[in-house]
Amino acid sequence: MSGPSTTTILSTLRQIKAVIATCLCAVVLQSFLSAPVQAADELRSVVVADPYLEMRTGPGRGYPIFHVVDRGESVQIVMQRTSWYQIRTDRGEEGWVEREQMEKTLQPDGQQVSFAAATIEDFTNAKWETGVLAGDFGGANIVSLYGSYSLNPNVAVEFWGSQILGNFSNGWMASVNVVHEAFPEWRVSPFFTLGAGAIYTKPKSTIIQGPDRTDQVGHVGAGFRVYATRRFLLRAEYKSYVVFTSRNENEEVEEWKVGFAFFF
Amino acid sequence: MESRFRVLFLIVAMISLSGCAATKNLFGFGNEEAPPPSAEAPGQVIDPEVERREIKEPKIDHEDFEVGAYVGIMSIEDFGSNVSYGVRLAYHITEGFFMEATVGQSDGGLTSFEVLSGGARLITDSERTMTYYNLNVGYNILPGEVFFGEGRAYNTNLYLTAGLGSTTFAGDDRFTVNVGAGYRFLLTDSVALHLDFRDHLFDIDLLGEEKTAHNLESHLGITVFF
Repeated sequence: MSGPSTTTILSTLRQIKAVIATCLCAVVLQSFLSAPVQAADELRSVVVADPYLEMRTGPGRGYPIFHVVDRGESVQIVMQRTSWYQIRTDRGEEGWVEREQMEKTLQPDGQQVSFAAATIEDFTNAKWETGVLAGDFGGANIVSLYGSYSLNPNVAVEFWGSQILGNFSNGWMASVNVVHEAFPEWRVSPFFTLGAGAIYTKPKSTIIQGPDRTDQVGHVGAGFRVYATRRFLLRAEYKSYVVFTSRNENEEVEEWKVGFAFFF
Repeated sequence: MESRFRVLFLIVAMISLSGCAATKNLFGFGNEEAPPPSAEAPGQVIDPEVERREIKEPKIDHEDFEVGAYVGIMSIEDFGSNVSYGVRLAYHITEGFFMEATVGQSDGGLTSFEVLSGGARLITDSERTMTYYNLNVGYNILPGEVFFGEGRAYNTNLYLTAGLGSTTFAGDDRFTVNVGAGYRFLLTDSVALHLDFRDHLFDIDLLGEEKTAHNLESHLGITVFF
């Protein structure tokens, strides 16, 4: 089978899936179909090289092993979920196999199969990252979403959007900052950050106070990125903000946040 | 004396025999015996007319994301119970942990005070609409299998969730913590039914003093893995 047609079929399948995802009626119909969506010849096929491959009834360690595929037999990979692979044997049995066992299978031409799993090297070199953090912003609660693009393993540009929920006022904040990591290859990687943005503050409806206002902010900060598993990392940080108010004095706000992120 | 000569002779013989290949190269004799392959005429090279096969393996379909919608009942503290509905997106990190984002909406009714007092209204009708978003972490605490008759088995999961977010209600955005538990019933390997119970906690001072309101929600949903 030629490469382009495979790609076309797969992309068409993805489009079909996207439609299914948005249309719940179709979903209900699909749930009654026992036949798999993909045709058998489009699936990736591997040969068992270990003495046997254990097939479980579900994608988890606790599910019972109901079938064993012997060495030399070939199986097809239907899909992957977390670190589990759903496989189909030549006789049509379907079951779940964990990654450790799948890595010991061979391609039809006898070569080793590599099941690319994200590692700590991807943690260091990945270009894109997105995550959510929450914590304390000068006594108020803050929930933040960020996206990051790495210019090189040491320097990244980040875009942040935050919602601030306090006792006296609520607000939104948007900021752009540059992050520098001195040791990006460490599992616990410290960083420094510098940035600027704008904050919109609105007093709570039950409190009689001044009008809504928008101010510029500048901030410096430091924190840690910690590689957890797969494409997943934990992040904790401190930032010190200066709010350039229209009043005579600027406001200083300290922020502590923890959260998680993905890199890709 | 004779044996000493014999040993000497043997050593010389060994060196000359074993080292002949090396000495040949050393003095430049070796090149004549092994001409470079380029010296041969190009027509004599047997060119195997077989191209290396480029096998393009189809990509493995990853199904770690789960998207869906739900509908249920939400009991807003002091404001009665009403229909709630929302959408959910989840990402499965490991077989145990997943992350989930939900956005939902419900409506608050009248408080007992508003009903008894006749016409008095604490908040406007538009402020009675409750919208929320939550960012949660979940853990599949009891994965399992259930059986329907003799021939059918379905995978299930009992999971716990906890998270935070914001709720817009009674004219303000309120920081909201939610905890809950749910049951995922996989109709197929890619389609699941959910039954969820959530408690949304936020502080509210609408009725005089500030208190933490518990807003209980139970809903039924359907999701698709992709």
